[in-house]
Amino acid sequence: MPRPATQDEYLASLVPDSVKGVSRRTLLRGALGAGALLATPSLLAACGGGSSSSGSSATGTVTLGSNQSDAVPKAAVQSMVNAFQKANSGLTVKINTIDHNSFQENINNYLQGSPDDVFSWFAGYRMRFFAKRDLAGDISDAWKGMSGMTDAFKKASTGDDGKQYFMPATYYPWAMFYRKSVFQKHGYEVPKTLDDLRTLGAQMKKDGLVPIAFGDKDGWPAMGTFDQLNLRVNGYDFHVSLMAGREPWNSDKVKKVFDTWAGLLDLHQPDALGRTWQEAAQTLQQGKAGTYLLGSFVAQQFKQGAEQDDLDFFGFPEVDSTIGADAVEAPIDGYMMSKRPKNEAGALKMLSYIGSPEAQNVLVKADPSVVASNGKADTSGYTALQKKSAEFVASAKSIAQFMDRDTRPDFASTVMIPAIQQFLKNPKDIDGLVNSIEKQKQSIFAS
Amino acid sequence: MAKYKGINQLSGLDRVVVGLMVVVPTLLVVWLVWAPAIGSVLLSFTNWDGVGPISDAKFIGIQNYRDVVSIYPPFWPAVQHNLIWLAVMFLVATPFGMFLAVLLDRELRGTRVYQTAIYLPVVLSLALVGFIWQLIYSRDQGLINQVTGSTIDWYGDPRYNLWAALVASSWRHVGYVMLLYLAGLKGVDPSLREAAKVDGANERTTFFKVVFPVMAPINIIVLVITVIESLRAFDLAWVINKGRNGLELLGTLVTSNVVGEASRIGFGSAIATIMLVLSSFFVALYIRYIMREQQ
Repeated sequence: MPRPATQDEYLASLVPDSVKGVSRRTLLRGALGAGALLATPSLLAACGGGSSSSGSSATGTVTLGSNQSDAVPKAAVQSMVNAFQKANSGLTVKINTIDHNSFQENINNYLQGSPDDVFSWFAGYRMRFFAKRDLAGDISDAWKGMSGMTDAFKKASTGDDGKQYFMPATYYPWAMFYRKSVFQKHGYEVPKTLDDLRTLGAQMKKDGLVPIAFGDKDGWPAMGTFDQLNLRVNGYDFHVSLMAGREPWNSDKVKKVFDTWAGLLDLHQPDALGRTWQEAAQTLQQGKAGTYLLGSFVAQQFKQGAEQDDLDFFGFPEVDSTIGADAVEAPIDGYMMSKRPKNEAGALKMLSYIGSPEAQNVLVKADPSVVASNGKADTSGYTALQKKSAEFVASAKSIAQFMDRDTRPDFASTVMIPAIQQFLKNPKDIDGLVNSIEKQKQSIFAS
Repeated sequence: MAKYKGINQLSGLDRVVVGLMVVVPTLLVVWLVWAPAIGSVLLSFTNWDGVGPISDAKFIGIQNYRDVVSIYPPFWPAVQHNLIWLAVMFLVATPFGMFLAVLLDRELRGTRVYQTAIYLPVVLSLALVGFIWQLIYSRDQGLINQVTGSTIDWYGDPRYNLWAALVASSWRHVGYVMLLYLAGLKGVDPSLREAAKVDGANERTTFFKVVFPVMAPINIIVLVITVIESLRAFDLAWVINKGRNGLELLGTLVTSNVVGEASRIGFGSAIATIMLVLSSFFVALYIRYIMREQQ
């Protein structure tokens, strides 16, 4: 910087650019963006004024915060946005990709800071929580005239106040994945009941395979195993009540879930706590493991083409014939709108596009490990795995999300992750474990 | 003209300057250190979840503290691990660093090379140290298991991972202590050693009876650094497995409660406050020692 000639010039140079030429409106917006602390209802009304009509008049730039940071899904989002821009010439979309885990961990600060107009999130408890705490925008307008979405998806997108806050894009099922070639080679059959699974596991061990690949270094994959067992042992309704904190964790029902799991642990890959899900998926991919209980994103560890075609799955077998096996877990990924988008009309337009079959056709083509939520999406281009996933979920009587999406995140991450890891270390002390979970649950859910 | 009051008299300008020099840093310290610390202590008595205005937070007394010590399973292991960490750093890593410094002080050939080699890990961030050791510890591809043929999961098995992390952490700490101590040794008056030699003392006696006591200020600094580094140990465990499954430390518990999606700000602050009290205990010991020295 050149030396200032006068004192006035010097003083002027001390003012940062962001403050120069400040108008009342930008100051206001800045204050709102900087923190919800200052926000009062009257200010909100003043700021978001008059742009709620979601007609075809939407122009300008829409910002899109995306947590799809892995290469495959990232490219999928990019191609969807390209298609959107092509169809809406007046709108440009600026994608802001954030690392998946960081995005999730910083979501509170992100939403209370200056979030993007549209941001990626999941259906479930956490979505409703943001809606209730006034951190997400009502997108009922984007749902108007939406066709092809089943009531189940609409319900999964609705907040406690009956308005929609979420637009489903894609979903994927959790199931037992296996390689067709391995099953053929050894003449294995898909197990229908838990006893079948045990018999199959024993046979796999004899054949030198790890019956169930397993990795829980990150803490959350084992939640999937718990959920599957809970859905089979106690059913969907119990899962929902338990996750909502309405059922005690030290009941016999929960103990039975852990007991059943303990009986299956010798079929699981040992030393799971030091292994990531990617490494565990590799053992399945290399044919060293017979099955792997995970979401269908396991396919990302398989090469597209012949290797992915060799991948197949079956629903977790029945444990109790009175409960059956018709509840599945299929987390829905989608998008929400921030409370005060800079371009509300554009954001709503973007969201209704995300729900449309056209957008989802692009998404599922670019990332074949997920399936479209819109029933009118084109399924003719689906891989065998996608077709099966869609049928699998469509035939299910009830669909759960996932433990960390169905319950409070503080409970899921600070209580359940250490608790399940503790169980895996010491499967003997189930009574002590469930009592400890229950005590922590009472404290957390009371606050 | 004012009467001359002696050489210690300050002019008006001096007073202003001295005043500013006291007030400005004090304000900075209060604003940047004390306010957040006290804020954290206050938050530990609430159930704030980090969403919405802080005025929504409810005062819940000492319930967070009661929960931490009674029903939060990772807490006591974390305290234990922090103390083990402290003990290993204090009894193994620090003395070893001092020992290396004494060796290098003897003007060996190529002493510069050794100094650089031992000090190098200090330049690396602990996160990077964690990654480097991952290459050595990895269960399936790591150096140790490749060479010895064992299948121990060094970072994943709770029986070993604390010790594996301690080796990695010591690797770095030794270099740090070595450098500090070497600088101190260079400052010791050579005539003291000569006098000891003339009196017929051997190397050992010279070090323990003459050099070590002279180095008291450096010893204290090394001691304090060791204590503080051990109590706030965090990065390495966080990089390895987010401080779970055998690697629980107070620092990682605070982070996993406060920073992540969980946002149990009140609860995490309670753990942070316990950590603060624990550190203050050692700091108080240190200050007491310093005060006694000065009298």
